[in-house]
Amino acid sequence: MSVRSPSPSVFRPTTGVDQSILENNKALMAEIGRRRILRGSLSLGALTMLTGCDVTSDSAVQSALRMVSTFNDRVQALLFRPNHLAPTFSAAEVVKPPRFNAYYDVNDVSPVDGATWKLELAGLIDDKRQWNARQIAELPEQEWIIRHVCVEGWDYIGQWSGVNLRLFLERIGADLKARYVAFRCADDYTGSIDMATALHPQTILATKYAGQPITDPFGFPLRLRTATKLGFKNPKWITAIEVTNRYPGGYWEDRGFNWFSGI
Amino acid sequence: MARSRAAVRSQRLHPLTLRIMHWINAVAILLMILSGWKIYNDEVLFGWLHFPDWMTIGGEAQGALQWHFFAMWLLMANGVCYVAYGVWTGRFRRQLAPIRLPDVLSTLRDALRFRLSHDDITHYNAVQKLLYVGIIAIIVVQVLSGWAVWKPIQLSELAALFGSFQGARLIHFLGMAAIVGFLLIHVALALMVPKTIGAMITGGPPVDPSGASSAEPSPPHAAE
Repeated sequence: MSVRSPSPSVFRPTTGVDQSILENNKALMAEIGRRRILRGSLSLGALTMLTGCDVTSDSAVQSALRMVSTFNDRVQALLFRPNHLAPTFSAAEVVKPPRFNAYYDVNDVSPVDGATWKLELAGLIDDKRQWNARQIAELPEQEWIIRHVCVEGWDYIGQWSGVNLRLFLERIGADLKARYVAFRCADDYTGSIDMATALHPQTILATKYAGQPITDPFGFPLRLRTATKLGFKNPKWITAIEVTNRYPGGYWEDRGFNWFSGI
Repeated sequence: MARSRAAVRSQRLHPLTLRIMHWINAVAILLMILSGWKIYNDEVLFGWLHFPDWMTIGGEAQGALQWHFFAMWLLMANGVCYVAYGVWTGRFRRQLAPIRLPDVLSTLRDALRFRLSHDDITHYNAVQKLLYVGIIAIIVVQVLSGWAVWKPIQLSELAALFGSFQGARLIHFLGMAAIVGFLLIHVALALMVPKTIGAMITGGPPVDPSGASSAEPSPPHAAE
């Protein structure tokens, strides 16, 4: 696993594992006998039995449920209509400001400096040169007034503009037959979508909300907005995009939320 | 042909196939309700209504969603089999039709006077028929509103039937409330006449295999 791939992914740490830790703690490691690990695992087993009344802690049940979730990914991919447009709304219906959502509180948002911000590209892309905010701003812009639906059940109408993701992927020579487009964000959030959704007409890399640059809590300077997925599938403060055939997962997906999460 | 087949099979009030489907449905409905309450809690429709965690399953929201989107397949697959079975074997026609308003009213009157007879559980009274037909219809609508909440864009034509996304959520919630209401009545009445529970486990009393009983309109108070 320590072998670096020829095209290092920005999604992997740039530095390898520090081997000195292994050397310095040799004595400690020798001390941990096989017996003690066995004993430890026994008490761990006993611990899981204590929570026997909570059926969801059963790992067999959990892995079965995850299998169903993966099956549901496939069902949703089949249901997906590549050219079916989501309903659009009038500017009068737009909610200002948009509703905040992240894996932390709005007060904990750390703003991204637009002047030094860079967009990195990785994976199955011909032209992996970095982009800055000025270059992104020069790309053709389109606007969608669409409904944002959160997995929690709330929704609002938002007015987003920016470059169409298909157009951007074509511009950088991405392999449009690849399976996934993955995103990494300034707040260490990660996310990924299927290529069909990435190529949907209403999927954009948004830079503006209601005609103004997106404000800090909502993903300045660059975020994803797709009309056909739940809110958490729209990463904010994007710093890297990777096109890949290897399942990239994501922050919430790794915590059990359905990966496809189409609407 | 379907009828003669059904007559041979339906030697008991509740044939084995039907009993299996009933209990699968019971499990699926319970899983849907208990996980649904957890999902609801993340964004309540009514500020005064929050379901206590001990009444829900799934642990966190993602667990509840996983249960919900597993049990929905169980509910739908079983439901399709049940409706196909009910139509194909003639059970729906035999047990649930016809429903006449005068029968409903006289059954209600008898029930309120505690004069309803429970000697013959092989014939449903008019109120039972109404409740069973009603709950089947409500579950069908519940599945449809569920799809509308899950896929408001891909199934935008279906979602439009419920108005907005929040409209579909509200209908889905009200459907749940109706199902819970039915469940309370259904279980309470079954406990009052315990042999009906036994019948749904062992099959219940034999019914006339000739199917002759199906031809007669079932009297609302047959034993009187």
